[in-house]
Amino acid sequence: MFVLFAAFPALWMVITVFKSDADLYNPYNNPFIFNLPPTLKNIEFLFTSTNFTVFLWNSFFIGIIVVAITLLLSVPAAYSLSRLVGRWGQHSSIAIFLVYLIPPTLLFIPLYEIVSLLQLANTVWSLILVYPTITIPFCTWLLLGFFKSVPREFEESALIDGCSRFGAFLRVALPLALPGIATCIVFAFALSLSDYIYAAVFVSTTASRTVSAGIPTELIRGDIYYWQSLMAAAAIVTIPLAVAYGLLFDRLVKGFQGDIADDKAAA
Amino acid sequence: MKQQRSGALSMHAGVADRDGLLGMLMLAPAVIYIFILVAAPFFLAIALSVSDATVGDPHIHHFVGLRNFIRIMHESAFGLGLRNSIIITFASLLLILILATAESELLVHNFRGKKLVQIFLILPWAMPVSLAAIDWLWFLDSEFSPVDWLLRSVHLLGPGTLLGPANHLYYFGREWLGLASIITIYVWRLLPFATLIVLAGRTSIPRDIFEQAEIDGSGFFRTLFRITLPALMPILVVASMFTALLVFGDMTVVALSTRGGPGYTTQALPYWAYLKGIDGGALSEGAAIALFLFPVLLAGSILALRFAYRAESR
Repeated sequence: MFVLFAAFPALWMVITVFKSDADLYNPYNNPFIFNLPPTLKNIEFLFTSTNFTVFLWNSFFIGIIVVAITLLLSVPAAYSLSRLVGRWGQHSSIAIFLVYLIPPTLLFIPLYEIVSLLQLANTVWSLILVYPTITIPFCTWLLLGFFKSVPREFEESALIDGCSRFGAFLRVALPLALPGIATCIVFAFALSLSDYIYAAVFVSTTASRTVSAGIPTELIRGDIYYWQSLMAAAAIVTIPLAVAYGLLFDRLVKGFQGDIADDKAAA
Repeated sequence: MKQQRSGALSMHAGVADRDGLLGMLMLAPAVIYIFILVAAPFFLAIALSVSDATVGDPHIHHFVGLRNFIRIMHESAFGLGLRNSIIITFASLLLILILATAESELLVHNFRGKKLVQIFLILPWAMPVSLAAIDWLWFLDSEFSPVDWLLRSVHLLGPGTLLGPANHLYYFGREWLGLASIITIYVWRLLPFATLIVLAGRTSIPRDIFEQAEIDGSGFFRTLFRITLPALMPILVVASMFTALLVFGDMTVVALSTRGGPGYTTQALPYWAYLKGIDGGALSEGAAIALFLFPVLLAGSILALRFAYRAESR
């Protein structure tokens, strides 16, 4: 039942992709089977006659840089909170997560001001500047759990061997947290890809649009909906993300669990 | 103890060895980044809301007091937007909580093909929200919705049937059906997220409690209501706060599905703030509307934090 509820609209999306116009726009046809042979024409249309590739490239470019900024700032921050600044750092995880929950809706108007003040409006850089506000809290929270689960003993023996604290972080803790960092890369990328509000508000030129703002605005021209191509675009973006999230499912559960279990043990 | 030892070491080392200082240095960049781009804009939002700034002239010249707030409160869209935001949030929340508890009850057990099931279940949350909205827009299309087709084929829809004489339900074109559709989209989208949180709480309940209950002859529902739900209560509260914050603060679903229509009947506050502030060019009024969200969000966050810590200290 749950799988059906979750997958049904997505299934309809995938079926739509391969349908020809005549089949799709006939209300008497069974919508779930191919009354006419399936076609790849819609995907072809998407890649040749729309700006989809531009959006893909923009999203990709933004994603990579946002991931880099996020890691650079949140890895040290998470390590610091888990080891260096004392007890309050370890208990700060839910507070950090709440920052992630501050809705863009509250901030997009003032941020729009800042972005236009910096003359970044309509460029991908406006989004690169703003997305880390979403990804840093989320990734710091995720990494905090990871660093907590790395036994302190490893680092302490490194310290005794004459490593500096920073050296111990670089050479011991960081390699041990690599799975966590990999998880962060996936999520930081996915979060930057998913945003709609900032992308819609800050950027109104086609050349700088991302997939999540570009698809709804550019593939719907007035009242004309290119449904099959829309669905194809959505499917191409969604399926890899769903697989990535699905495979990281258990890790996410552990992330939330870490919040409860660790502190229980400490108390 | 550890602090002392590293303190002793630091006599012959620099910053790299002083835990407290190094800790602050490593934390600072992230905190400063967030502060500049989250806290500062927030105060700017307050400043904007009491000014007369527009998109054409975004500088804050004049202080106009609470005029923007008073003006927006007099618009009919405000009442409807507030009403709808509340309805959508609470209805989605209730459904999500029930379904997430049930779903986590299933996922706590191991079964064949669980990985594949997880991929399908998490799909709605993995999907960028705008694309999810587009998917539903098509799924509930006024003419070609496969749901309509299914309803017609089992004779629930169409001339002379239960759901009325029309051949289509026009999901996004009617007030209550539009709201119901929006709620459905939120439930669909955030159920995986809530399930993750509940599942985290569910798997940390010690297993011997359930084994004991089984030995004592407790049935499924008895176990559920007497053991599972009370033990889950704190995490359910956390999950509901998180979910509520995500629903209440989101504008994408409304923006891409009903666009607030017909009229303002399915309008929600966040999208109205966008229409006023960006599309309509009245930055100050948009900021004022967005600020109406804040007290609710703040209360929600404080509650979430308190419950979370109470759960932790147990």
